[in-house]
Amino acid sequence: MSQSNRFKRKKTFRNTLEGMIPKILLACAFLSIITTFAIIFTLLSETVSFFQEVPFLSFITGTEWTALFSEAQQQFGILPLVAGTLLITVGAAIVAIPVGLASAIYLSEFAPERVRKVLKPVLEVLAGIPTIVYGYFAITVITPMLRFFMPELNFFNALSASIAVGIMIIPMIASLSEDAMRAVPDHIREAAYGLGSTRLEVALKIVLPAALSGVIASFVLALSRAIGETMIVTIAAGATPNLTANPTETVQTMTAFMVQAASGDISFQSIVYKSIYAVGMTLFVFTLVMNLMAQWIARRFREEY
Amino acid sequence: MKHHAISVQDLNLYYGDKHALKDIKIDIEEKSVTALIGPSGCGKSTFLRTLNRMNDLISGVKISGVINVHDQNIYDNEVEVEMLRKQIGMVFQAPNPFPKSIYDNVAYGPRIHGMRNKNELDQIVEKSLRGAALWDEVKDRLKDRATGLSGGQQQRLCIARALAVEPEILLMDEPTSALDPISTAKIEELVQELKQNYTIVIVTHNMQQAARISDKTAFFLNGDLIEYNDTDTLFSNPEDQKTEDYITGRFG
Ligand SMILES: Nc1ncnc2c1ncn2[C@@H]1O[C@H](COP(=O)(O)OP(=O)(O)OP(=O)(O)O)[C@@H](O)[C@H]1O
Ligand SMILES: [Mg+2]
Repeated sequence: MSQSNRFKRKKTFRNTLEGMIPKILLACAFLSIITTFAIIFTLLSETVSFFQEVPFLSFITGTEWTALFSEAQQQFGILPLVAGTLLITVGAAIVAIPVGLASAIYLSEFAPERVRKVLKPVLEVLAGIPTIVYGYFAITVITPMLRFFMPELNFFNALSASIAVGIMIIPMIASLSEDAMRAVPDHIREAAYGLGSTRLEVALKIVLPAALSGVIASFVLALSRAIGETMIVTIAAGATPNLTANPTETVQTMTAFMVQAASGDISFQSIVYKSIYAVGMTLFVFTLVMNLMAQWIARRFREEY
Repeated sequence: MKHHAISVQDLNLYYGDKHALKDIKIDIEEKSVTALIGPSGCGKSTFLRTLNRMNDLISGVKISGVINVHDQNIYDNEVEVEMLRKQIGMVFQAPNPFPKSIYDNVAYGPRIHGMRNKNELDQIVEKSLRGAALWDEVKDRLKDRATGLSGGQQQRLCIARALAVEPEILLMDEPTSALDPISTAKIEELVQELKQNYTIVIVTHNMQQAARISDKTAFFLNGDLIEYNDTDTLFSNPEDQKTEDYITGRFG
Protein backbone atom coordinates (compact mmCIF):
# COMPACT_ATOMS: atom_id res chain seq x y z
CA MET A 1 0.00 0.00 0.00
CA SER A 2 1.44 3.33 -1.00
CA GLN A 3 1.68 6.12 1.52
CA SER A 4 -0.50 8.49 -0.48
CA ASN A 5 -3.48 6.12 -0.28
CA ARG A 6 -3.56 6.07 3.45
CA PHE A 7 -6.79 8.02 3.80
CA LYS A 8 -8.51 6.75 0.70
CA ARG A 9 -12.07 5.61 1.34
CA LYS A 10 -12.25 1.81 1.25
CA LYS A 11 -15.31 -0.27 0.49
CA THR A 12 -15.82 -1.67 3.97
CA PHE A 13 -19.19 -2.76 5.33
CA ARG A 14 -19.09 0.18 7.71
CA ASN A 15 -18.67 2.72 4.93
CA THR A 16 -21.32 1.13 2.73
CA LEU A 17 -23.81 1.06 5.56
CA GLU A 18 -23.04 4.65 6.44
CA GLY A 19 -23.70 5.64 2.84
CA MET A 20 -27.01 3.79 2.71
CA ILE A 21 -28.49 4.94 6.00
CA PRO A 22 -29.56 8.46 4.88
CA LYS A 23 -31.29 6.92 1.86
CA ILE A 24 -33.19 4.43 3.99
CA LEU A 25 -34.21 7.16 6.42
CA LEU A 26 -35.30 9.37 3.56
CA ALA A 27 -37.44 6.55 2.17
CA CYS A 28 -39.16 6.15 5.54
CA ALA A 29 -39.85 9.85 5.78
CA PHE A 30 -41.19 9.78 2.25
CA LEU A 31 -43.56 6.94 3.04
CA SER A 32 -45.42 8.98 5.64
CA ILE A 33 -45.49 12.05 3.42
CA ILE A 34 -46.90 10.02 0.53
CA THR A 35 -49.52 8.46 2.79
CA THR A 36 -50.58 11.87 4.02
CA PHE A 37 -50.95 13.16 0.49
CA ALA A 38 -52.84 10.05 -0.57
CA ILE A 39 -55.30 10.55 2.29
CA ILE A 40 -55.81 14.23 1.50
CA PHE A 41 -56.21 13.39 -2.19
CA THR A 42 -58.92 10.76 -1.58
CA LEU A 43 -60.64 13.05 0.87
CA LEU A 44 -60.61 15.89 -1.64
CA SER A 45 -61.68 13.96 -4.70
CA GLU A 46 -64.65 12.30 -2.99
CA THR A 47 -65.58 15.62 -1.41
CA VAL A 48 -65.48 17.36 -4.79
CA SER A 49 -67.71 14.75 -6.36
CA PHE A 50 -70.08 15.09 -3.37
CA PHE A 51 -70.40 18.80 -4.03
CA GLN A 52 -71.28 18.13 -7.65
CA GLU A 53 -74.52 16.68 -6.36
CA VAL A 54 -75.13 18.77 -3.26
CA PRO A 55 -74.64 22.54 -3.39
CA PHE A 56 -71.86 23.70 -1.08
CA LEU A 57 -74.01 26.46 0.37
CA SER A 58 -76.84 24.17 1.37
CA PHE A 59 -74.26 21.82 2.92
CA ILE A 60 -72.73 24.43 5.20
CA THR A 61 -75.94 26.26 6.03
CA GLY A 62 -78.45 23.42 6.06
CA THR A 63 -80.12 22.65 9.36
CA GLU A 64 -81.28 19.12 8.55
CA TRP A 65 -79.03 16.10 8.23
CA THR A 66 -81.00 13.11 7.02
CA ALA A 67 -78.38 11.32 4.96
CA LEU A 68 -79.57 7.88 5.88
CA PHE A 69 -83.20 8.44 4.95
CA SER A 70 -84.68 7.30 1.68
CA GLU A 71 -83.48 9.28 -1.31
CA ALA A 72 -86.58 11.45 -1.55
CA GLN A 73 -86.11 12.70 2.00
CA GLN A 74 -82.35 13.05 2.04
CA GLN A 75 -81.00 16.37 3.27
CA PHE A 76 -77.35 17.23 3.73
CA GLY A 77 -77.09 20.19 6.08
CA ILE A 78 -73.94 19.78 8.19
CA LEU A 79 -74.96 22.14 11.00
CA PRO A 80 -76.62 19.53 13.24
CA LEU A 81 -73.48 17.37 13.14
CA VAL A 82 -71.29 20.41 13.78
CA ALA A 83 -73.50 21.38 16.70
CA GLY A 84 -73.26 17.86 18.13
CA THR A 85 -69.49 17.86 17.76
CA LEU A 86 -69.08 21.30 19.30
CA LEU A 87 -71.36 20.40 22.20
CA ILE A 88 -69.26 17.36 23.00
CA THR A 89 -65.95 19.18 22.54
CA VAL A 90 -66.89 22.22 24.57
CA GLY A 91 -68.30 20.01 27.31
CA ALA A 92 -65.15 17.92 27.33
CA ALA A 93 -63.01 21.07 27.49
CA ILE A 94 -65.01 22.39 30.44
CA VAL A 95 -64.41 19.13 32.27
CA ALA A 96 -60.84 18.42 31.22
CA ILE A 97 -59.02 21.75 31.09
CA PRO A 98 -59.53 22.82 34.72
CA VAL A 99 -59.02 19.35 36.14
CA GLY A 100 -56.11 18.52 33.86
CA LEU A 101 -54.39 21.83 34.48
CA ALA A 102 -54.91 21.62 38.23
CA SER A 103 -53.44 18.11 38.24
CA ALA A 104 -50.46 19.33 36.24
CA ILE A 105 -49.87 22.24 38.62
CA TYR A 106 -50.16 19.95 41.62
CA LEU A 107 -47.79 17.35 40.16
CA SER A 108 -45.23 19.85 38.97
CA GLU A 109 -45.20 22.39 41.80
CA PHE A 110 -46.75 20.91 44.93
CA ALA A 111 -46.50 17.12 44.96
CA PRO A 112 -43.68 15.58 46.98
CA GLU A 113 -41.33 13.56 44.80
CA ARG A 114 -42.70 10.25 46.16
CA VAL A 115 -46.27 11.13 45.23
CA ARG A 116 -45.27 12.30 41.80
CA LYS A 117 -43.36 9.11 41.10
CA VAL A 118 -46.56 7.13 41.67
CA LEU A 119 -49.12 9.45 40.11
CA LYS A 120 -47.37 10.24 36.85
CA PRO A 121 -47.22 6.62 35.59
CA VAL A 122 -50.82 6.10 36.70
CA LEU A 123 -51.84 9.05 34.52
CA GLU A 124 -50.00 7.58 31.59
CA VAL A 125 -51.77 4.24 32.05
CA LEU A 126 -55.13 6.04 32.20
CA ALA A 127 -54.31 7.67 28.88
CA GLY A 128 -54.01 4.21 27.37
CA ILE A 129 -57.47 2.88 28.30
CA PRO A 130 -59.43 2.00 25.13
CA THR A 131 -62.11 4.57 24.50
CA ILE A 132 -64.85 1.96 24.25
CA VAL A 133 -64.37 1.41 27.97
CA TYR A 134 -65.12 5.09 28.56
CA GLY A 135 -68.19 4.70 26.34
CA TYR A 136 -69.63 1.95 28.48
CA PHE A 137 -68.56 3.83 31.59
CA ALA A 138 -70.67 6.72 30.32
CA ILE A 139 -73.87 4.71 29.85
CA THR A 140 -73.50 2.46 32.89
CA VAL A 141 -72.23 5.00 35.44
CA ILE A 142 -72.36 8.63 34.29
CA THR A 143 -75.79 8.60 32.63
CA PRO A 144 -77.54 6.83 35.55
CA MET A 145 -75.88 9.26 37.98
CA LEU A 146 -76.99 12.25 35.92
CA ARG A 147 -80.52 10.86 35.68
CA PHE A 148 -80.61 10.62 39.43
CA PHE A 149 -80.43 14.42 39.51
CA MET A 150 -82.25 15.05 36.21
CA PRO A 151 -84.93 12.38 35.87
CA GLU A 152 -86.15 13.61 32.49
CA LEU A 153 -82.70 13.29 30.90
CA ASN A 154 -82.58 11.31 27.66
CA PHE A 155 -80.79 8.00 27.99
CA PHE A 156 -78.54 9.01 25.09
CA ASN A 157 -77.38 12.55 25.71
CA ALA A 158 -74.51 14.89 24.90
CA LEU A 159 -73.82 15.70 28.55
CA SER A 160 -72.88 12.20 29.60
CA ALA A 161 -70.77 11.65 26.50
CA SER A 162 -68.94 14.93 26.88
CA ILE A 163 -68.13 14.19 30.51
CA ALA A 164 -66.73 10.82 29.48
CA VAL A 165 -64.69 12.38 26.66
CA GLY A 166 -63.50 15.00 29.14
CA ILE A 167 -62.38 12.31 31.59
CA MET A 168 -60.64 10.52 28.76
CA ILE A 169 -58.51 13.54 27.85
CA ILE A 170 -57.67 14.69 31.40
CA PRO A 171 -54.57 12.48 31.61
CA MET A 172 -53.30 13.83 28.34
CA ILE A 173 -53.64 17.45 29.45
CA ALA A 174 -52.24 16.71 32.89
CA SER A 175 -49.27 14.77 31.66
CA LEU A 176 -48.26 17.04 28.79
CA SER A 177 -48.82 20.25 30.76
CA GLU A 178 -46.81 18.83 33.61
CA ASP A 179 -43.94 18.08 31.26
CA ALA A 180 -44.06 21.66 30.02
CA MET A 181 -44.10 23.09 33.55
CA ARG A 182 -41.31 20.86 34.81
CA ALA A 183 -39.17 22.03 31.91
CA VAL A 184 -39.15 25.55 33.39
CA PRO A 185 -35.70 25.87 34.99
CA ASP A 186 -35.47 25.87 38.78
CA HIS A 187 -33.37 29.01 38.96
CA ILE A 188 -36.40 31.00 37.81
CA ARG A 189 -38.49 29.51 40.62
CA GLU A 190 -35.73 30.35 43.11
CA ALA A 191 -35.76 33.96 42.00
CA ALA A 192 -39.50 34.11 42.65
CA TYR A 193 -39.26 32.45 46.06
CA GLY A 194 -36.43 34.82 46.90
CA LEU A 195 -38.78 37.76 46.41
CA GLY A 196 -41.26 36.32 48.86
CA SER A 197 -43.62 34.44 46.56
CA THR A 198 -45.86 31.72 47.88
CA ARG A 199 -45.94 28.35 46.15
CA LEU A 200 -49.19 29.25 44.44
CA GLU A 201 -47.78 32.53 43.16
CA VAL A 202 -44.74 30.76 41.77
CA ALA A 203 -46.98 28.19 40.08
CA LEU A 204 -49.50 30.62 38.60
CA LYS A 205 -47.47 33.75 37.93
CA ILE A 206 -44.08 32.37 37.01
CA VAL A 207 -44.15 28.73 35.97
CA LEU A 208 -47.48 28.62 34.17
CA PRO A 209 -46.81 31.67 31.96
CA ALA A 210 -43.33 30.39 31.19
CA ALA A 211 -44.76 27.02 30.18
CA LEU A 212 -47.76 28.47 28.39
CA SER A 213 -46.93 27.39 24.87
CA GLY A 214 -46.52 23.78 25.98
CA VAL A 215 -49.68 23.96 28.07
CA ILE A 216 -51.71 25.29 25.17
CA ALA A 217 -50.25 22.64 22.91
CA SER A 218 -51.55 20.05 25.37
CA PHE A 219 -55.04 21.57 25.24
CA VAL A 220 -55.05 21.49 21.47
CA LEU A 221 -53.86 17.92 21.22
CA ALA A 222 -56.42 16.83 23.78
CA LEU A 223 -59.28 18.74 22.17
CA SER A 224 -58.34 17.46 18.73
CA ARG A 225 -58.79 14.00 20.21
CA ALA A 226 -62.13 15.10 21.67
CA ILE A 227 -63.31 16.37 18.28
CA GLY A 228 -62.24 13.17 16.61
CA GLU A 229 -63.48 10.88 19.37
CA THR A 230 -65.86 8.30 17.94
CA MET A 231 -66.51 5.37 20.26
CA ILE A 232 -67.70 7.23 23.32
CA VAL A 233 -70.08 9.46 21.39
CA THR A 234 -71.41 6.59 19.30
CA ILE A 235 -72.26 4.68 22.45
CA ALA A 236 -73.42 7.41 24.80
CA ALA A 237 -74.62 10.43 22.81
CA GLY A 238 -77.07 8.71 20.49
CA ALA A 239 -77.46 8.74 16.72
CA THR A 240 -79.87 11.56 16.02
CA PRO A 241 -78.44 14.57 14.21
CA ASN A 242 -79.81 17.45 16.19
CA LEU A 243 -79.20 21.18 15.84
CA THR A 244 -79.19 22.12 19.50
CA ALA A 245 -77.12 23.75 22.19
CA ASN A 246 -78.84 21.78 24.92
CA PRO A 247 -76.52 19.09 26.31
CA THR A 248 -79.34 17.03 27.78
CA GLU A 249 -80.57 16.10 24.30
CA THR A 250 -79.57 13.26 22.05
CA VAL A 251 -77.09 14.37 19.37
CA GLN A 252 -74.83 12.94 16.72
CA THR A 253 -71.27 14.07 16.04
CA MET A 254 -69.46 14.11 12.73
CA THR A 255 -67.41 11.04 13.54
CA ALA A 256 -70.37 9.15 14.92
CA PHE A 257 -72.22 9.75 11.66
CA MET A 258 -69.25 8.55 9.65
CA VAL A 259 -69.13 5.29 11.59
CA GLN A 260 -72.87 4.80 11.37
CA ALA A 261 -72.92 5.39 7.62
CA ALA A 262 -69.86 3.28 6.92
CA SER A 263 -71.14 0.35 8.94
CA GLY A 264 -74.50 0.47 7.15
CA ASP A 265 -75.29 -1.05 3.77
CA ILE A 266 -74.30 1.59 1.22
CA SER A 267 -72.85 1.46 -2.25
CA PHE A 268 -69.57 3.13 -3.21
CA GLN A 269 -71.22 5.32 -5.78
CA SER A 270 -74.01 6.54 -3.54
CA ILE A 271 -74.24 10.06 -2.32
CA VAL A 272 -74.28 8.85 1.28
CA TYR A 273 -70.89 7.28 0.72
CA LYS A 274 -69.55 10.53 -0.64
CA SER A 275 -71.10 12.48 2.20
CA ILE A 276 -68.85 10.57 4.60
CA TYR A 277 -65.89 12.23 2.92
CA ALA A 278 -67.49 15.64 2.96
CA VAL A 279 -68.04 15.31 6.69
CA GLY A 280 -64.49 14.02 7.08
CA MET A 281 -63.22 17.08 5.23
CA THR A 282 -65.21 19.34 7.54
CA LEU A 283 -63.65 17.60 10.52
CA PHE A 284 -60.22 18.05 9.00
CA VAL A 285 -60.86 21.78 8.55
CA PHE A 286 -61.96 22.02 12.18
CA THR A 287 -58.82 20.45 13.59
CA LEU A 288 -56.67 22.44 11.20
CA VAL A 289 -58.21 25.72 12.31
CA MET A 290 -57.79 24.70 15.93
CA ASN A 291 -54.14 23.93 15.41
CA LEU A 292 -53.54 27.23 13.67
CA MET A 293 -55.30 29.11 16.43
CA ALA A 294 -53.25 27.33 19.05
CA GLN A 295 -50.01 28.13 17.28
CA TRP A 296 -51.00 31.75 17.12
CA ILE A 297 -51.93 31.85 20.81
CA ALA A 298 -48.77 30.07 21.80
CA ARG A 299 -46.63 32.49 19.81
CA ARG A 300 -48.52 35.49 21.12
CA PHE A 301 -48.03 34.60 24.79
CA ARG A 302 -44.75 32.76 24.68
CA GLU A 303 -42.29 33.52 27.48
CA GLU A 304 -38.94 32.10 26.49
CA TYR A 305 -36.53 31.08 29.18
CA MET B 1 -20.11 50.86 66.75
CA LYS B 2 -22.74 49.78 64.24
CA HIS B 3 -25.83 47.77 65.05
CA HIS B 4 -26.05 44.10 64.28
CA ALA B 5 -28.45 43.46 61.42
CA ILE B 6 -28.11 39.71 61.75
CA SER B 7 -26.93 37.71 64.70
CA VAL B 8 -26.28 34.01 64.26
CA GLN B 9 -25.75 31.59 67.13
CA ASP B 10 -24.95 27.87 67.19
CA LEU B 11 -26.12 27.35 63.64
CA ASN B 12 -25.85 23.77 62.40
CA LEU B 13 -27.11 22.49 59.10
CA TYR B 14 -27.27 18.97 57.72
CA TYR B 15 -28.05 17.81 54.20
CA GLY B 16 -29.24 14.34 55.18
CA ASP B 17 -26.15 13.01 56.99
CA LYS B 18 -23.78 15.62 55.67
CA HIS B 19 -22.87 18.20 58.26
CA ALA B 20 -22.58 21.27 56.05
CA LEU B 21 -22.49 24.08 58.66
CA LYS B 22 -20.92 23.53 62.05
CA ASP B 23 -21.67 25.70 65.10
CA ILE B 24 -21.58 28.95 63.19
CA LYS B 25 -21.57 32.08 65.31
CA ILE B 26 -21.38 35.44 63.59
CA ASP B 27 -22.78 38.96 63.95
CA ILE B 28 -23.31 40.92 60.76
CA GLU B 29 -23.24 44.69 60.91
CA GLU B 30 -25.95 46.93 59.62
CA LYS B 31 -25.34 48.97 56.45
CA SER B 32 -22.04 47.38 55.66
CA VAL B 33 -20.69 44.82 53.24
CA THR B 34 -19.74 41.43 54.63
CA ALA B 35 -17.86 39.08 52.33
CA LEU B 36 -17.93 35.30 52.69
CA ILE B 37 -14.88 33.55 51.26
CA GLY B 38 -13.56 30.01 51.27
CA PRO B 39 -12.86 27.10 48.93
CA SER B 40 -15.54 25.48 46.85
CA GLY B 41 -17.92 23.32 48.85
CA CYS B 42 -17.08 24.89 52.22
CA GLY B 43 -20.67 26.04 52.80
CA LYS B 44 -20.75 29.70 51.76
CA SER B 45 -23.89 29.38 49.66
CA THR B 46 -25.48 27.14 52.22
CA PHE B 47 -24.86 29.69 54.95
CA LEU B 48 -26.11 32.57 52.83
CA ARG B 49 -29.30 30.68 52.05
CA THR B 50 -30.00 30.01 55.72
CA LEU B 51 -30.31 33.78 56.17
CA ASN B 52 -33.54 34.00 54.19
CA ARG B 53 -34.56 30.39 54.66
CA MET B 54 -34.10 29.43 51.03
CA ASN B 55 -32.87 26.06 52.27
CA ASP B 56 -36.42 25.32 53.40
CA LEU B 57 -37.11 24.51 49.76
CA ILE B 58 -34.63 21.62 49.73
CA SER B 59 -35.96 18.38 51.12
CA GLY B 60 -33.86 16.58 53.71
CA VAL B 61 -32.30 19.69 55.22
CA LYS B 62 -32.09 19.88 59.02
CA ILE B 63 -31.27 23.17 60.67
CA SER B 64 -30.73 24.03 64.32
CA GLY B 65 -29.62 27.19 66.07
CA VAL B 66 -30.76 30.77 66.17
CA ILE B 67 -30.61 33.51 63.57
CA ASN B 68 -31.84 36.80 64.95
CA VAL B 69 -32.87 39.59 62.63
CA HIS B 70 -34.08 42.59 64.64
CA ASP B 71 -34.09 40.42 67.74
CA GLN B 72 -36.50 37.95 66.20
CA ASN B 73 -35.42 34.40 65.49
CA ILE B 74 -36.23 33.80 61.84
CA TYR B 75 -36.53 30.07 62.47
CA ASP B 76 -39.38 30.62 64.92
CA ASN B 77 -42.55 28.76 64.01
CA GLU B 78 -44.61 31.90 63.73
CA VAL B 79 -42.34 33.54 61.16
CA GLU B 80 -43.93 33.90 57.74
CA VAL B 81 -41.16 32.99 55.28
CA GLU B 82 -42.68 35.09 52.52
CA MET B 83 -42.43 38.23 54.66
CA LEU B 84 -38.94 37.28 55.72
CA ARG B 85 -37.78 36.90 52.12
CA LYS B 86 -39.33 40.24 51.28
CA GLN B 87 -37.13 41.80 53.98
CA ILE B 88 -34.05 39.84 52.98
CA GLY B 89 -33.60 39.88 49.23
CA MET B 90 -31.35 37.65 47.21
CA VAL B 91 -29.26 37.88 44.05
CA PHE B 92 -28.04 34.62 42.59
CA GLN B 93 -24.83 33.45 40.97
CA ALA B 94 -26.16 33.29 37.43
CA PRO B 95 -28.55 36.04 36.33
CA ASN B 96 -32.05 34.57 36.46
CA PRO B 97 -34.53 37.10 35.10
CA PHE B 98 -38.09 35.92 34.64
CA PRO B 99 -39.05 35.31 31.02
CA LYS B 100 -41.12 38.49 31.10
CA SER B 101 -40.56 42.10 30.11
CA ILE B 102 -38.00 44.26 31.89
CA TYR B 103 -40.82 46.21 33.52
CA ASP B 104 -42.68 43.10 34.67
CA ASN B 105 -39.51 41.66 36.16
CA VAL B 106 -39.05 44.63 38.43
CA ALA B 107 -42.76 45.06 39.13
CA TYR B 108 -43.26 41.38 39.99
CA GLY B 109 -42.23 41.70 43.64
CA PRO B 110 -44.28 44.81 44.47
CA ARG B 111 -47.27 43.27 42.69
CA ILE B 112 -47.29 40.02 44.66
CA HIS B 113 -46.99 42.05 47.82
CA GLY B 114 -50.18 43.86 46.94
CA MET B 115 -49.27 46.94 44.93
CA ARG B 116 -51.78 47.60 42.17
CA ASN B 117 -51.52 51.32 41.49
CA LYS B 118 -49.97 51.85 38.06
CA ASN B 119 -48.38 55.19 38.93
CA GLU B 120 -46.73 53.92 42.06
CA LEU B 121 -45.52 50.83 40.20
CA ASP B 122 -44.00 53.01 37.49
CA GLN B 123 -42.18 54.99 40.14
CA ILE B 124 -40.89 51.91 41.93
CA VAL B 125 -39.68 50.40 38.67
CA GLU B 126 -37.80 53.57 37.76
CA LYS B 127 -36.35 53.99 41.24
CA SER B 128 -35.21 50.38 41.41
CA LEU B 129 -33.66 50.44 37.96
CA ARG B 130 -31.86 53.68 38.84
CA GLY B 131 -30.75 52.07 42.08
CA ALA B 132 -29.24 49.23 40.11
CA ALA B 133 -27.59 51.66 37.64
CA LEU B 134 -29.56 50.22 34.75
CA TRP B 135 -32.20 52.87 34.10
CA ASP B 136 -30.38 54.80 31.39
CA GLU B 137 -29.68 51.66 29.42
CA VAL B 138 -33.23 50.30 29.43
CA LYS B 139 -35.58 53.24 29.93
CA ASP B 140 -36.65 53.19 26.28
CA ARG B 141 -37.34 49.49 26.13
CA LEU B 142 -39.06 48.56 29.36
CA LYS B 143 -41.52 46.40 27.44
CA ASP B 144 -38.78 44.29 25.85
CA ARG B 145 -37.97 40.82 27.06
CA ALA B 146 -35.50 40.74 29.91
CA THR B 147 -33.86 37.67 28.44
CA GLY B 148 -32.64 39.80 25.55
CA LEU B 149 -30.35 41.87 27.80
CA SER B 150 -26.63 41.18 28.14
CA GLY B 151 -25.46 39.07 31.08
CA GLY B 152 -24.25 42.08 33.04
CA GLN B 153 -27.48 43.97 32.38
CA GLN B 154 -29.49 40.91 33.41
CA GLN B 155 -27.62 40.72 36.69
CA ARG B 156 -28.25 44.40 37.39
CA LEU B 157 -31.89 43.78 36.49
CA CYS B 158 -31.95 41.01 39.10
CA ILE B 159 -30.54 43.48 41.60
CA ALA B 160 -33.21 46.02 40.63
CA ARG B 161 -35.85 43.34 41.00
CA ALA B 162 -34.59 42.59 44.50
CA LEU B 163 -34.50 46.30 45.41
CA ALA B 164 -38.06 46.81 44.23
CA VAL B 165 -39.52 45.06 47.28
CA GLU B 166 -37.48 47.38 49.52
CA PRO B 167 -35.55 44.81 51.52
CA GLU B 168 -33.27 45.76 54.39
CA ILE B 169 -30.74 43.10 53.71
CA LEU B 170 -29.38 41.94 50.37
CA LEU B 171 -27.78 38.52 50.00
CA MET B 172 -25.58 38.06 46.93
CA ASP B 173 -24.16 34.70 45.93
CA GLU B 174 -21.18 35.28 43.64
CA PRO B 175 -23.12 37.87 41.66
CA THR B 176 -20.25 38.61 39.29
CA SER B 177 -18.87 35.15 38.64
CA ALA B 178 -20.67 34.90 35.28
CA LEU B 179 -19.75 38.43 34.16
CA ASP B 180 -17.04 40.19 32.21
CA PRO B 181 -14.66 42.63 33.98
CA ILE B 182 -16.57 45.76 32.98
CA SER B 183 -19.91 44.45 34.22
CA THR B 184 -18.16 43.22 37.33
CA ALA B 185 -16.73 46.67 38.00
CA LYS B 186 -20.20 48.19 37.58
CA ILE B 187 -21.70 45.81 40.08
CA GLU B 188 -18.88 46.36 42.57
CA GLU B 189 -19.44 50.09 42.32
CA LEU B 190 -23.12 49.49 42.81
CA VAL B 191 -22.51 47.46 45.96
CA GLN B 192 -20.57 50.39 47.39
CA GLU B 193 -23.52 52.67 46.79
CA LEU B 194 -26.10 50.24 48.05
CA LYS B 195 -24.41 49.79 51.39
CA GLN B 196 -25.49 53.27 52.43
CA ASN B 197 -29.02 51.95 52.65
CA TYR B 198 -28.74 48.19 52.78
CA THR B 199 -26.92 45.53 54.70
CA ILE B 200 -25.11 43.39 52.17
CA VAL B 201 -23.74 39.89 52.55
CA ILE B 202 -21.82 38.75 49.50
CA VAL B 203 -20.20 35.44 48.62
CA THR B 204 -17.18 35.70 46.41
CA HIS B 205 -14.43 33.48 45.10
CA ASN B 206 -12.40 36.45 44.15
CA MET B 207 -10.25 37.65 47.03
CA GLN B 208 -9.33 40.94 45.39
CA GLN B 209 -13.03 41.57 45.11
CA ALA B 210 -13.59 40.79 48.77
CA ALA B 211 -10.75 43.10 49.70
CA ARG B 212 -12.03 45.87 47.42
CA ILE B 213 -15.64 45.98 48.43
CA SER B 214 -16.18 44.53 51.87
CA ASP B 215 -15.93 45.95 55.35
CA LYS B 216 -15.75 42.60 57.06
CA THR B 217 -14.79 39.19 55.78
CA ALA B 218 -15.64 35.71 57.01
CA PHE B 219 -13.52 32.74 56.01
CA PHE B 220 -15.25 29.35 55.84
CA LEU B 221 -13.63 25.94 55.55
CA ASN B 222 -15.41 22.58 55.52
CA GLY B 223 -18.49 24.01 57.18
CA ASP B 224 -16.56 25.81 59.92
CA LEU B 225 -16.29 29.55 60.28
CA ILE B 226 -12.54 29.79 60.71
CA GLU B 227 -12.03 33.51 61.00
CA TYR B 228 -14.17 36.64 60.93
CA ASN B 229 -12.66 40.08 61.08
CA ASP B 230 -12.35 43.50 59.50
CA THR B 231 -11.42 42.90 55.90
CA ASP B 232 -8.18 44.87 56.15
CA THR B 233 -7.06 42.95 59.20
CA LEU B 234 -8.07 39.58 57.83
CA PHE B 235 -6.15 40.05 54.62
CA SER B 236 -3.08 41.81 56.02
CA ASN B 237 -2.77 40.06 59.32
CA PRO B 238 -4.77 36.83 59.54
CA GLU B 239 -4.90 35.20 62.96
CA ASP B 240 -5.41 31.66 61.78
CA GLN B 241 -2.82 29.75 59.82
CA LYS B 242 -5.56 28.23 57.61
CA THR B 243 -6.79 31.69 56.65
CA GLU B 244 -3.29 32.74 55.76
CA ASP B 245 -2.79 29.61 53.66
CA TYR B 246 -6.01 30.26 51.80
CA ILE B 247 -5.57 33.94 51.09
CA THR B 248 -1.99 33.46 49.98
CA GLY B 249 -3.20 30.77 47.60
CA ARG B 250 -1.48 27.86 49.26
CA PHE B 251 -4.60 25.69 49.04
CA GLY B 252 -8.25 25.79 48.07
N1 LIG C 1 -28.93 20.36 48.02
C1 LIG C 1 -27.87 19.74 48.56
N2 LIG C 1 -27.95 18.45 48.95
C2 LIG C 1 -26.89 17.83 49.51
N3 LIG C 1 -25.71 18.40 49.71
C3 LIG C 1 -25.55 19.67 49.36
C4 LIG C 1 -26.63 20.42 48.76
N4 LIG C 1 -26.19 21.67 48.50
C5 LIG C 1 -24.90 21.70 48.92
N5 LIG C 1 -24.51 20.51 49.43
C6 LIG C 1 -23.20 20.20 50.00
O1 LIG C 1 -22.93 21.08 51.06
C7 LIG C 1 -21.59 21.55 51.02
C8 LIG C 1 -21.57 23.05 50.95
O2 LIG C 1 -22.10 23.45 49.71
P1 LIG C 1 -22.23 24.97 49.27
O3 LIG C 1 -22.98 25.01 48.02
O4 LIG C 1 -22.73 25.75 50.41
O5 LIG C 1 -20.71 25.33 49.00
P2 LIG C 1 -20.08 26.70 48.51
O6 LIG C 1 -19.12 27.12 49.55
O7 LIG C 1 -21.13 27.66 48.13
O8 LIG C 1 -19.27 26.22 47.23
P3 LIG C 1 -19.06 26.99 45.84
O9 LIG C 1 -18.00 27.97 46.09
O10 LIG C 1 -18.59 25.91 44.92
O11 LIG C 1 -20.35 27.60 45.44
C9 LIG C 1 -20.94 20.88 49.81
O12 LIG C 1 -20.21 19.78 50.27
C10 LIG C 1 -22.11 20.42 48.98
O13 LIG C 1 -21.78 19.24 48.31
MG1 LIG D 1 -21.85 28.47 46.25
